[in-house]
Amino acid sequence: MQDLGAAFQQALGLVAAGDAGLWAIIALSLRVSLTATLIAACIGLPLGALLAVARFPGRQGLLVVLNALMGLPPVVAGLIIYILLSRSGPFGALGLLFTPAAMVIAQAVLITPILAALTRQVLEAMWEEYAEQLRSLGSGPGRAVRTLLWDGRFALLTVLLAGFGRASAEVGAVMVVGGNIEGFTRVMTTAIALETSKGDLPLALGLGIVLMAIVLGVNAAAQLLREASARWSG
Amino acid sequence: MSGPVLRAEGLGYSVGERALLQGLDFGIAPGAPSFVIGPNGSGKSTLLRLLHGLLAPSQGRVVQAGIGRQAMVFQKPVLLRRSVTQNIAHALSLAGIRDAARIPAALEEVGLPHLAHRPARLLSGGEQQRVALARALALHPDILFLDEPTASLDPAATRAVEAILARAAARGMKIVMTTHDLHQARRLAGEILLLHRGRLIEQAPAETFFQSPASAEAQAFLRGDILE
Amino acid sequence: MFRRLLFALALLATPAPLPAGAQERVITISSTTSTEQSGLFGHILPLFREQTGITARVVALGTGQALDVGRRGDADVVFVHDRAAEERFVAEGFATRRQHVMFNDFVIIGPASDPARIAGSRDAVAAMRRIAEARAPFVSRGDRSGTHAAELRLWQQAGVEPSGSWYRAVGQGMGPALNTAAAQNAYILADRGTWLSFRNRQDLRILTEGDPRLFNQYGVMLVNPARHSHVKAADGQAFVDWIVSPAGQAAIASYKINGEQLFFPNAAQPEPTS
Ligand SMILES: Nc1ncnc2c1ncn2[C@@H]1O[C@H](COP(=O)(O)OP(=O)(O)O)[C@@H](O)[C@H]1O
Ligand SMILES: [Mg+2]
Repeated sequence: MQDLGAAFQQALGLVAAGDAGLWAIIALSLRVSLTATLIAACIGLPLGALLAVARFPGRQGLLVVLNALMGLPPVVAGLIIYILLSRSGPFGALGLLFTPAAMVIAQAVLITPILAALTRQVLEAMWEEYAEQLRSLGSGPGRAVRTLLWDGRFALLTVLLAGFGRASAEVGAVMVVGGNIEGFTRVMTTAIALETSKGDLPLALGLGIVLMAIVLGVNAAAQLLREASARWSG
Repeated sequence: MSGPVLRAEGLGYSVGERALLQGLDFGIAPGAPSFVIGPNGSGKSTLLRLLHGLLAPSQGRVVQAGIGRQAMVFQKPVLLRRSVTQNIAHALSLAGIRDAARIPAALEEVGLPHLAHRPARLLSGGEQQRVALARALALHPDILFLDEPTASLDPAATRAVEAILARAAARGMKIVMTTHDLHQARRLAGEILLLHRGRLIEQAPAETFFQSPASAEAQAFLRGDILE
Repeated sequence: MFRRLLFALALLATPAPLPAGAQERVITISSTTSTEQSGLFGHILPLFREQTGITARVVALGTGQALDVGRRGDADVVFVHDRAAEERFVAEGFATRRQHVMFNDFVIIGPASDPARIAGSRDAVAAMRRIAEARAPFVSRGDRSGTHAAELRLWQQAGVEPSGSWYRAVGQGMGPALNTAAAQNAYILADRGTWLSFRNRQDLRILTEGDPRLFNQYGVMLVNPARHSHVKAADGQAFVDWIVSPAGQAAIASYKINGEQLFFPNAAQPEPTS
């Protein structure tokens, strides 16, 4: 209890002090996780929509693979990406290991299956309603995917938030591929892990509270947007 | 124009072992609206979907002659989560039609120009069905299928839809429509096809059908008896 | 869409905006948690940058992992503390030369109650033997780190093969291992730097210190550019040269926690023991 109180004080103190290092870490966390979410969305949303709409050979297999990937332990994903990006690996020449780009890749890999699966779930219900009407209007699967993605945009905002939340909470994979380099690849979660390992539990918890506040803020903003516009679209 | 625009040849449709429709042979001629009537579950909706091409026949085939564009309006309107105008624009774009002037014209036709920019799915049931109708009409189809389009509308909305359909038919648009409302069929139909248990019992000009139905089933149906 | 992805990635991969005309010089050092977490790098790297214009990025791992990062070519410089492993690294051709930099010392930490009664003696080997005899809980890093290697050397010298429920290998860094020891009131071998900056001590304290066998030598190596052509040989060598130069050595000596010096530069002399 005492520790939690101290943690809240720490969190407030950290924010009040406006420490440049802390802000840099927060900014990097947001930059990495938002970029990862954007990239994962560009792949996961259309993929999920396609799975909702189309029946093609291999679809069942793809679903199984997606579900399995959702359970992929982050550290394993991190290790695989580490090996791929390492100078001794196939993509070593890009020099991406221990950079924010590597962390973006790791987070994107981890949340793309989640976004695809959630998107499929959300859009399948909508597709059930739309399918006949759209086919009657002569819409092929590609066009139907676009229609569903647009019409499901508010529900999909929640999906994106879930992905962003997972990405920004991730620690194992970004630690491995980012290296937790101070001032370069240190994000909120790896900073928390570091302070925990230094035994500075109040500071670690304080950082955790700041992280939660950020995620909460992003969610609240998205919720407002969603409500404002959902009133419009029915 | 003469000869049928649509012909069913040995048309049948089954789900698994169960035949929902079987042995249908008929033609649908241009001109006044053709009405498919029959008790619930007789296969009216299934037949319309086969004719429109949403379902593939299990037996036989549907032959279309000289039909350019076709459209269908469903019993429950399915509108996109967008404005009324955007709903129609979406349909036009899918059909490759660039003429945006058709949108206000279609809304004028169904009497809803004032709702053009409202979110479609927040309209009343009757308004939504008229938007669905406007969307279909904007395509200027040669043939328009309607599956019980007024089944869930109140009398006033029903009359509004009927008036729109009558005008479209007068312009030469072929209408193929199902209903369980005999009065509606009397008001609009040029010919009647009576379905019962997945079979075509009788096809006749509306006047003939209502004055001197040939089959026992048609006589019973007109009396309001429940067909077994 | 794909192009936009690549663009976004490229943006992220690009370091912060550069001053006009200047090409930022950056090296990656693979080092150990003890040096990073004790705060030493935070103290000396800004000085290095001031004097050479080179930014050094530190990836902190256990010594074994840190050497592997060098082997894969993912770092330009390796700065660790396990002499035998470092010499193997050179023998394998991943570096051409290893140089002494500094030493710090390990301490044996344990609960104030000291159930194995090791306090009061400087003899680290005897202390380890007593812990084993008392079967008192002992937390081992178990992660191929330099500290882990030092601990295994001490057991060997004590003639003990540690096993059983009292011997708990956690496979983690120094900090998490200390957290575990604090929670279980266990003994543990730790480097003084991490211990001094460690906050969650609970009942733990230093029980044995000062034995020369507890000295811990650090070495530095440039990853061999002949093995990994992308290694930033010039800037990496500049770090190696600087850290063993009087300026670098003075920077190390000037780092203190609570007035206590943590690392003792000894690039000029051979290491004290082991
Ligand atoms: N996909 C389907 N699978 C099984 N039975 C169906 C299917 N679609 C319709 N039916 C059945 O076929 C019969 C005819 O349905 P329908 O064409 O909707 O009749 P109507 O429109 O005349 O009421 C009904 O008994 C209905 O339950
Ligand atoms: Mg029906």
